Amino acid sequence: MAKKAPEIEDYKYGFHDKDISIFRTERGLTKRVVEEISRQKDEPQWMLDFRLKALEQFYKKPMPQWGGDLSELDFDEITYYVKPSEKSERSWDEVPEEIKNTFDKLGIPEAEQKYLAGVSAQYESEVVYHSLQEDLEEMGIVFKDTDTALKENEDLFKEYFGKVIPPSDNKFAALNSAVWSGGSFIYVPKGVKTDTPLQAYFRINSENMGQFERTLIIVDEGASVHYVEGCTAPVYTTNSLHSAVVEIFVKKDAYCRYTTIQNWANNVYNLVTKRSICDENATMEWIDGNLGSKLTMKYPAVILKGQGARGMTLSIALAGKGQHQDAGAKMHHLAPNTSSTIVSKSISKHGGKVTYRGIVQFGRKAEGARANIECDTLIMDNKSTSDTIPYNEILNENISLEHEAKVSKVSEEQLFYLMSRGISEEEATEMIVMGFIEPFTKELPMEYAVEMNRLIKFEMEGSIG
Amino acid sequence: MAGSTLEIKDLHVSIEDQEILKGVNLTIKGGEFHAVMGPNGTGKSTLASAIMGHPKYEITQGSVLLDGEDVLEMEVDERAKAGLFLAMQYPSEISGVTNSDFLRSSINARREEGDEISLMKFIKEMDEAMDYLEMDKNMAQRYLNEGFSGGEKKRNEILQLMMIKPEIAILDEIDSGLDIDALKVVSKGINKLRDENFGCLIITHYQRLLNYITPDKVHVMMQGKVVKSGGPELAQRLEAEGYEWIKEELGIEDETVGQEA
Repeated sequence: MAKKAPEIEDYKYGFHDKDISIFRTERGLTKRVVEEISRQKDEPQWMLDFRLKALEQFYKKPMPQWGGDLSELDFDEITYYVKPSEKSERSWDEVPEEIKNTFDKLGIPEAEQKYLAGVSAQYESEVVYHSLQEDLEEMGIVFKDTDTALKENEDLFKEYFGKVIPPSDNKFAALNSAVWSGGSFIYVPKGVKTDTPLQAYFRINSENMGQFERTLIIVDEGASVHYVEGCTAPVYTTNSLHSAVVEIFVKKDAYCRYTTIQNWANNVYNLVTKRSICDENATMEWIDGNLGSKLTMKYPAVILKGQGARGMTLSIALAGKGQHQDAGAKMHHLAPNTSSTIVSKSISKHGGKVTYRGIVQFGRKAEGARANIECDTLIMDNKSTSDTIPYNEILNENISLEHEAKVSKVSEEQLFYLMSRGISEEEATEMIVMGFIEPFTKELPMEYAVEMNRLIKFEMEGSIG
Repeated sequence: MAGSTLEIKDLHVSIEDQEILKGVNLTIKGGEFHAVMGPNGTGKSTLASAIMGHPKYEITQGSVLLDGEDVLEMEVDERAKAGLFLAMQYPSEISGVTNSDFLRSSINARREEGDEISLMKFIKEMDEAMDYLEMDKNMAQRYLNEGFSGGEKKRNEILQLMMIKPEIAILDEIDSGLDIDALKVVSKGINKLRDENFGCLIITHYQRLLNYITPDKVHVMMQGKVVKSGGPELAQRLEAEGYEWIKEELGIEDETVGQEA
C-alpha cells in the first residue's frame, strides 16, 4: 500500500441529545404532518406559512424526468419527521451484518457505530463541544443547529433562509422546505477568519444526520470559513430518502469551503440541492464526496454574481453494484472576470453507473470570465458504465472555457509494471485507484483523508478478476 | 553460494497465436552480465516481458527456472519477490502515486511483514541513489513517471533497480532515447551493482551501451532464437560490421520473427 493509514484513534467528537420526548409523524406527506412538525418545533408563524407554501409547490412540481431513475421512490412510504430521541429505538441486532462489517473494517469505535446505525443517540462529548463553542463565540461566530438558530437568531435567519434556493426551485427543494429539520446554521462576521474547520461532528443535536436537513451559511465580508460534514462510515437508515438543502452566502472578499463526505446505505435516494452565491471577489469551494446510496443526484452550484468571484467544485463519486451516482456541478458566471473550476472524478465498479452532469453558464456581463472543467472516470470492469453530460451556455463572446474529459480503465500495463516490483495485484489496483482520487483526498482534513483512503480500500476489495 | 541462477530452456512464446520466440536457451548466473543484441523485431523485448510474466504473452513450450524454481508458475509479483526485476522499455505512468511511496511499497513487498524498511533508512538510501544517478530530488515526490522525459524514466528504472536490489535484473533497451551523458549515468548505476551476487541480462539494440558496461557474454537474437553467442568481442564486431555477416553465415535473409529461413 502506498500510504499506510495510521490507526484511527477513538473519535474525540460526538453528539448529545437532550430531548427526551418521543414523537414521530405518520407516514406519508399531508398538510397535517407539516403543521405537526412546525408545532412540535414551536416555530414562528412565518415558518409554518413557508412550509405550507412549499408543500403546495411540492405537490405541483412534477418528478424530474432526467437524471436517475426515481420510479421506485414512494413518497407515501416515508416518515417525514422523527424526534431525535426516537431514533435510539432501533436495536443493534436489527442493523444488517454488511453495515456492521464495514464499521469494523473502518475501525470505527463501537459507541460511534451505534450512533451511526441509529441505535444510540447519546455521546459523551459535551465538554469538547462546549470548549469549541466558547472559542467560536469569542470570535463572534454563530454555529448551531438550524432549528436553534431559527429560535435564537430569527432576524438573521429570516433575511437569508430560502433566498438562494427558493422552494419553487425543484421538487426536492420544495419537499425539504416543507419538512426540513436539523442541519447547520453558521454566521461568520465581517473579517473573521477561522483556521480550524467547523465540523458537523461537534454539533449538539443528532439531527445533522437527518433526512431533510437544512443548512444555511453566511460568510460576511472578508471572512473565511471551512465547514466539514458527514463521515465515511455508512449511514444506515431504514428510511430511503435523504433530501437536503444547503444555502451559502459568500460576501465580498469572503471565502467559504464546504466539504462533504457521505456514504449512504445502498437503499437510499440521495437528492440534494446545494447552491451558493458569491459577491465581488468572493470564493466558494465545494469539496464533495459521494459514496453509497442507491441513487445520488447532486450538483453543487455557485452563482458568481460579483466581479472577480471564484467558484470551485471538486467531487468524487463511487458507484458499485446497483448504484447510480448522477453528480456534477453548476457554475453561473454573471459578472466580469469571474472564474470557475470543476474537477469531477468518478469510479464505477461491479456494474455501477456514474454520470457527470454539469452546467457552465456565461451571462451577457461575464466579460473576461474563465471556466475549466475536468471530468475523469475510472471504470473497474466491463459491467460498469460512465456518462459525461456537460452543458454550456455562452452569452458573451469574450470568455474562455476549457473542457477535458477522460475515461480510463486500470490498464494491464500499469498493473504489470507495479506487480513487476513485487506489489500484489490487489495492492496495485488499490494504488492506482488511490492515485486516481488523490487530487480529492489531498484536499480533505487529515482524519477524513485517512478514513477516505480506508473506505476506498475496503470498497475495492474483491474488485479484481 | 554466489548469487542466483536463471535458466531459460527451449522457450517458445506466442502473442495472439503468432509464435515470437522459437526455442530460446540462456543461463544467467550471479556475477554475470549478459547482453542480448539483435536488430528490431527479432524477439528481444518479448523475451524480457515473457520472463517477467506479462499477461499478453503465452508460453507454449519450454521452461524458466530461478534457482530451480519454476518461474512460469508464479504470478508477476511472486517473480519479483523471488528475485527478478525488469527495467522496462516503456515504464507506465501512475498518477497520484508518488515515486517515493511506490519505491517504498516495492521494497517492503520483498520484505517480511513487521520487517519493513524504516522511513529514515529509506530516505537515506533513496537520497544516496538519487545523488549517484544525478537525479533532481523533486523526482521523489513527483507522481510515478508522470510527465517524466524519456531519460528521466530510464534513470528512474535504474533508481528502482538500485533500491530494490534484485538477484537477477533484465534491462529492456535501457539505453534507448538516452543522450550520451544520461547513458553514462545509467551505466554507472548498473555497474555499481556489479558483484558476484547480481546477475544481469541487458537487452540492447546498439553496442553503444556496452562501451560503458562490459558484458561477460554476448548473444545475438534473430527469428526468435539465440543464433550466436560469444564474448565482448562479438559486440565489438557487430558495432563495426553490423548484423549482415551473421545473416550470411547462417543463411538468414530476413532476421525478423515470422520470416522463417
